[in-house]
Amino acid sequence: MILAGIEDEDKWLAEGIAGIQHNAFYMHRALDANNLRDALKCSALMLSELRTSKLSPHKYYDLYMRAFDELRKLEMFFKDESRHGVSIVDLYELVQHAGNILPRLYLLCTVGSVYIKSKEAPAKDALKDLVEMCRGVQNPIRGLFLRSYLAQVSRDKLPNLGSEYEGGEDTAMDAVEFVLQNFTEMNKLWVRMQHQLRPSTGLSRLQGPVRIREKLEKERNELRDLVGKNLHVLSQIEGVNLEIYRDTVLPRVLEQIVNCKDELAQYYLMDCIIQVFPDEYHLQTLETLLGACPQLQPTVDIKTVLSRLMERLSNYAASSPDVLPEFLQVEAFAKLSSAIGKVIEAQVDMPIVGAVTLYVSLLTFTLHVHPERLDYVDQVLGACVKLLFGKPKLNEGRATKQIVALLSAPLEKYNDIVTALTLSNYPRVMDCLDDETNKVMAMVIIQSIMKNNTCISTADQIEVLFELLKGLIKGLDGTAADELDEEDFSEEQNSVARLIHMLYNDDSEEMLKVSYWFRDYLHCEEAYNGWRANAITFYSSSSHILCTQGTFLPFADAVGLISSLSMYACLEQACQILVRKLQAQDGNVVGEEEPATPKKIFQLLNETIEALSSVPSPELALRLYLQCAQAANDCDLEPVAYEFFTQAFILYEEEVVDSKAQVTAMHLIIGALQRMNVLGVENRDTLTHKATGVIVLAYPYSAKLLKRPDQCRAVYACSHLFWVDEKDGIKDGERVLLCLKRALRIANAAQQMANAVSGTSGPVTLFVEILNKYLYFFEKGNPQVTSAAIQGLVELITNEMQSDSTTPDPASEAFFASTIRYIQFQKQKGGGVGEKFGPIKV
Amino acid sequence: MVLVLALGDLHIPHRAPDLPAKFKSMLVPGKIQHVICTGNLSIKEVHDYLKTLCPDLHITRGEYDEDTRYPETKTLTIGQFKLGLCHGHQLLVLFWFDAIKVVPWGDLDSLAILQRQLDVDILVTGHTHQFTAYKHEGGVVINPGSATGAYSNITYDANPSFVLMDIDGLRVVVYVYELIDGEVKVDKIDFKKTTATTHSAH
Repeated sequence: MILAGIEDEDKWLAEGIAGIQHNAFYMHRALDANNLRDALKCSALMLSELRTSKLSPHKYYDLYMRAFDELRKLEMFFKDESRHGVSIVDLYELVQHAGNILPRLYLLCTVGSVYIKSKEAPAKDALKDLVEMCRGVQNPIRGLFLRSYLAQVSRDKLPNLGSEYEGGEDTAMDAVEFVLQNFTEMNKLWVRMQHQLRPSTGLSRLQGPVRIREKLEKERNELRDLVGKNLHVLSQIEGVNLEIYRDTVLPRVLEQIVNCKDELAQYYLMDCIIQVFPDEYHLQTLETLLGACPQLQPTVDIKTVLSRLMERLSNYAASSPDVLPEFLQVEAFAKLSSAIGKVIEAQVDMPIVGAVTLYVSLLTFTLHVHPERLDYVDQVLGACVKLLFGKPKLNEGRATKQIVALLSAPLEKYNDIVTALTLSNYPRVMDCLDDETNKVMAMVIIQSIMKNNTCISTADQIEVLFELLKGLIKGLDGTAADELDEEDFSEEQNSVARLIHMLYNDDSEEMLKVSYWFRDYLHCEEAYNGWRANAITFYSSSSHILCTQGTFLPFADAVGLISSLSMYACLEQACQILVRKLQAQDGNVVGEEEPATPKKIFQLLNETIEALSSVPSPELALRLYLQCAQAANDCDLEPVAYEFFTQAFILYEEEVVDSKAQVTAMHLIIGALQRMNVLGVENRDTLTHKATGVIVLAYPYSAKLLKRPDQCRAVYACSHLFWVDEKDGIKDGERVLLCLKRALRIANAAQQMANAVSGTSGPVTLFVEILNKYLYFFEKGNPQVTSAAIQGLVELITNEMQSDSTTPDPASEAFFASTIRYIQFQKQKGGGVGEKFGPIKV
Repeated sequence: MVLVLALGDLHIPHRAPDLPAKFKSMLVPGKIQHVICTGNLSIKEVHDYLKTLCPDLHITRGEYDEDTRYPETKTLTIGQFKLGLCHGHQLLVLFWFDAIKVVPWGDLDSLAILQRQLDVDILVTGHTHQFTAYKHEGGVVINPGSATGAYSNITYDANPSFVLMDIDGLRVVVYVYELIDGEVKVDKIDFKKTTATTHSAH
């Protein structure tokens, strides 16, 4: 049926075109013969084709354009009086005899334009006459096109300042009056169009009323530019200055817009006004223009209109600093702000997204125009809070996207979170977001801080900042554990961890405050959220982060917790920096009051790590204890260093269970202990004893003993505790040798064990490793390590390798070969080294 | 000609928020054939980032690495060179420069043992957060420093640095990129492998 409708229309259009062509042909002949009478007759017949009611606007336009082209030729003929011999005044009378009104009016407009051109009549009167007479056609499509024709032919003949058709003082006013009247009438016709059914639409009535209405509106929309053109013409009339615009044009246009009560027309024409008239006019008539907005139909998409207006004004403000005083003078911000409020109030059905979009535009406007007015920014955010407050948390995609845009705008503008932190309404808007969006926004904030390298330097700022970020930190309210994406989660936690680097103050007193604040935050957040009971049950931890997440994420111990622990590591990092600062100050500032003492900081660190180890994350805690011990060493705080070491030992003994983890921990402990130079002889001995005791001696008894090869390596590693190659270092050659010998015994035992179990001997790599340690201490000048012992070891390894029962191990063989190569290399060196290595035969 | 990026001890996010922006803009995908990382990245995000620079990525484990699957040591052969990789916290006696004394202390000997053990021409280690490159026993020992300039107990004020090795036949040119007061400084060390160093084939 729809197809049938379209086919019919095509047929009708073809017929119409044929009719025009046919009559145009005879008209041309009459024109060629300078036969006025026939020309009038044929052109009237031709124009009769435009009387059809069957065509859609689109097709009608096609027809109209063909007639229009023909009328241009007729106009040329009319202009040349010598061809038809009739004066223009008479001609104007003559065309009125055409039988039908539509052809008559087209002809009249054509002659009228020539009439004005001839200056035989005042343009003003002629135009008034024409615009009045066009009322005779009340069919919307026909009327619209007729008036459009009138507008077209009269365009270059408007009485205008400086134009040749100028006619007295009120010149511009006359032109304005004419265009306004034409505009008003056209708009009325256009609005009325929606009620008119054509045969083609009639056929599609079967599609149901909604579809028909949609189709009609679409068709109507196609004609909007005919109406809008009038506004364009108005803006082009030179005489229309600000006064005329303010006192006549705008009120009259707005009156028509408001009164027509048509959604399509209102939206389009409001937009038209904004686009065609100059920005400075808008600025000066802001109140009038905005005043119309709440009066529009509730369904009009006013947010787009206003957004465009604000966008234009923003650009205008950016165009030159000279225009800024104008904005202040007319109080643009206040007016826009109140207009938006009124529009939202008037359009009760406006979705939240629409309202928020309006605020985004307003915010963009004020950031552009009044970047220094933070109070304006806060005001916009405040209005938004008012809008969202008490409503269920937003979770509609488009709306939340707008809120993110709203909150991101100040960050992008100022590139400085510290500025945003002063906006009291900022956190309140964040509170209105659902958890998901809240997190997105928190991430945006962190990214902004990182990108701009913004330093957050006071406890107050940090407090506000963490209020904004609480979505990431307190996280998972009500989120079921299985809904949680582990990767997202750790990414979020890592972002927070990165952020910690930005909490920094050069002043160590202030930095300590920051650290204390941070610790307290973790403490009280827990109580604040009522998670304390759970928290204590789970980890007895002082950390809110750990507790809440632990509560909801028992499964995430390994993954989630560790990454949130990053925060602790980072806090510790902040403190390390502090220690460094204090060290640096030590040298310079003598006798002054000690402000933030290192001891206080270490106390804080201790608390923090303690919380960590109870999480439990003993391996990380152990590493941090050792870090702290070394930091304390560098601060010359022996008891503190000692205490940290003791803590590390306790963790090693009680918490580190995995053999591989034990090996690493052991290496770290020995490595750290070796570098301790602050320790007195007694303390050092105690710790060394403890280390060798814990690591080495525990092996026959302890249930958690290391695997034998690891045991062997642990023992020879301990040798380094007795030989620190440094000025005033410890050089206890005897105990070094003791360690090496014990390592050899364990290697032997391991070898025999392998023999007993598999019938073949184990890899000789342990022996080669020990040989290298012998060489190491030999070169360091340890008198207990002799060339003979090395010679013995080399022979032992050679025998082992040649033994039939030994499983060939290329790695050990290569290691041994390169070791032998090294010995040879040293022998060949000559001098002291060569002499020393001389007795070793390889 | 093969380009090998060597870096390590990034400690992201614990000790540094990210790689320096200047480094990031220099390190673009498609230019580097191998990436070797001594460890302490410390999180997966960094691993993924390195992987974008070059899919051929070799990592050993630092004591702070989240991923426990990284091996303690690793060897690989690139052209005529055998490379060994190890973070170095296992080495106990470490080799580093004292910034004030400008003489090496600690010792090279511990690294030499590892070099013999892995039987490699080029040994790359980390942990000290201090760039060093030494010709030693016919091979090279390189520490690319910390790519983020993260602090360590050995080096409190480290400059961010990394190493780019250009391996061509028997010759390797080691470029060191160091960020000093916001400016990237480049240093170059040339090393030619002598035929004297031979390896038993594995």
